[in-house]
Amino acid sequence: MASLLHDIQHHSVTIAAPLPLDSGQVLPAVTIAYQSYGVLNADKSNAVLICHALTGDQYVASDHPATGKPGWWARMVGPGKPIDTDSYHVICANVLGSCMGTSGPASPDAATGAPLGMAFPVITIADMVRAQAMLLDHLGISRLHAVVGGSMGGMQTLAWAATYPERLASALVIASAARHSAQNIAFHEVGRQAIMADPDWQDGQYYGSARAPTKGLAVARMAAHITYLSEEGLTEKFGRRLQARNIKSFGFDADFQVESYLRHQGLAFTDRFDANAYLYITRAMDYFDLADPHDGRLAGAFAKAKDVRFTLVSFDTDWLYPTSESRRVVQALQSVGAAASFVELSAPFGHDSFLLDVPALDRLVAGALGTGF
Amino acid sequence: MALRPDLAIIADAVPMASRVLDVGCGDGELMVALRGKGVDARGLEIDPANVTAAIARGQSVVQGDANHDLADYPDDAFDYAILSQTLQTTERPDRVVSELLRIAPRAFVSFPNFAHWRVRLALLWGGRMPVTRSIPIAWYETPNIHHVTVSDFRDLVRAKGIKVERVWHLSGDKPTSDAAASWRAEHAIFLIARS
Repeated sequence: MASLLHDIQHHSVTIAAPLPLDSGQVLPAVTIAYQSYGVLNADKSNAVLICHALTGDQYVASDHPATGKPGWWARMVGPGKPIDTDSYHVICANVLGSCMGTSGPASPDAATGAPLGMAFPVITIADMVRAQAMLLDHLGISRLHAVVGGSMGGMQTLAWAATYPERLASALVIASAARHSAQNIAFHEVGRQAIMADPDWQDGQYYGSARAPTKGLAVARMAAHITYLSEEGLTEKFGRRLQARNIKSFGFDADFQVESYLRHQGLAFTDRFDANAYLYITRAMDYFDLADPHDGRLAGAFAKAKDVRFTLVSFDTDWLYPTSESRRVVQALQSVGAAASFVELSAPFGHDSFLLDVPALDRLVAGALGTGF
Repeated sequence: MALRPDLAIIADAVPMASRVLDVGCGDGELMVALRGKGVDARGLEIDPANVTAAIARGQSVVQGDANHDLADYPDDAFDYAILSQTLQTTERPDRVVSELLRIAPRAFVSFPNFAHWRVRLALLWGGRMPVTRSIPIAWYETPNIHHVTVSDFRDLVRAKGIKVERVWHLSGDKPTSDAAASWRAEHAIFLIARS
């Protein structure tokens, strides 16, 4: 329930400085909710910023306040883990436009106090990164040991290197891309249309009402969830097996296990995510193309980033952000002489591999951060 | 662990603080050895397990293929390119050598010498493709699709107008004299340069 979601208290800071947006609009002030782990050392040189994915949040290594489930990257972040909080001060902030305490469409209008809804300005990946930079300024951290992110988090990481190359020593980009493809945009548009076609969406002004577009949001999540998995993964997990029955119903109940699974995924998602936030963040991803301001030359985006150490990782079963997109980034980095590492890992889980048990990824992440593991 | 003998020679010969691309860098052992000399080493490696191991050791390595992916590096991106024990596995060794000397003015190239006396004997008396210490895999599964001799390589670089600045010959793990190297060298390491 969206109303419950918005009642959760998050650790946050409100920065009373204007945030100019790519759209030309300006946010007069910005609230950023974040979590941190590990101790910031005396010279503030051990900070690692983790950027989360579309439906992620700042609870990277702590239990989710709405679902009670472990943090989305608890396997990667913590004491003795590949991103070792005994060595690093890890910061993860809820992205601009999201729904876990950072300014977004559910935030109140400064004048009326009512939720902004669709009056919240359309934001971009670069806007998210500028908001994160404001948080770091507030925390007194001028330079990061590393920025790390998977999927949309990888887009933010690339945008960090392009926007603030002097503020990071290394960038770790997992299962990501420097632009959204036509296919990526197409899938997002299906999700947005599902939300906006739900009568409970009410042009985005559902916050005060007893209704929220949970059906539309659930369908959006179902469609997106398919894109996060591989065909072989789905086949292995579900095949054509029937759900809690021996024969087909000859109706439209969830006969197949895969249907039941997707319905559950869709419904569970609505407990922890806001439909308008989904619209805004998918839009930001669709607008993302790092080469766009450089006449289509991606290398132009990294012209000042040659001293940043990049590590890119793709997965062989990820058809959402395929290896060819990572290679395109690597080629651009090589053309400017930046130190770049790249490997395509083999894992059966499709795009979601970056969140799951892939031991080679653990070794890579630790090595790229310089921990050794 | 001691470096492979040809890598030890290259590690010794690479000047301090130079920029190096190690093509076919394996798990990055030469790059690690060069780190102590302040060398800015980058790697290209085809095998993802090796790439993973090298990155886990903190090295900058890109998964890629010497046959095609050298094209992604700009001209003069490095001071030295290194191609160790890989030339004989490439589709077009002549083009790979040209690429090495496009992205760097100098290159180290090492390869097993197919004219070593053991190889010659295996062919001469056995009538079969040799399986030796330096060429240990049978003809049907070897990645070595372009066997090359010391004399062949000299012919190639001469034909391409490439300068040979230095040559090392190895028999087993030991250096061997240049005299009769064509027979006696199991491995050769060439330092070549644009003329």
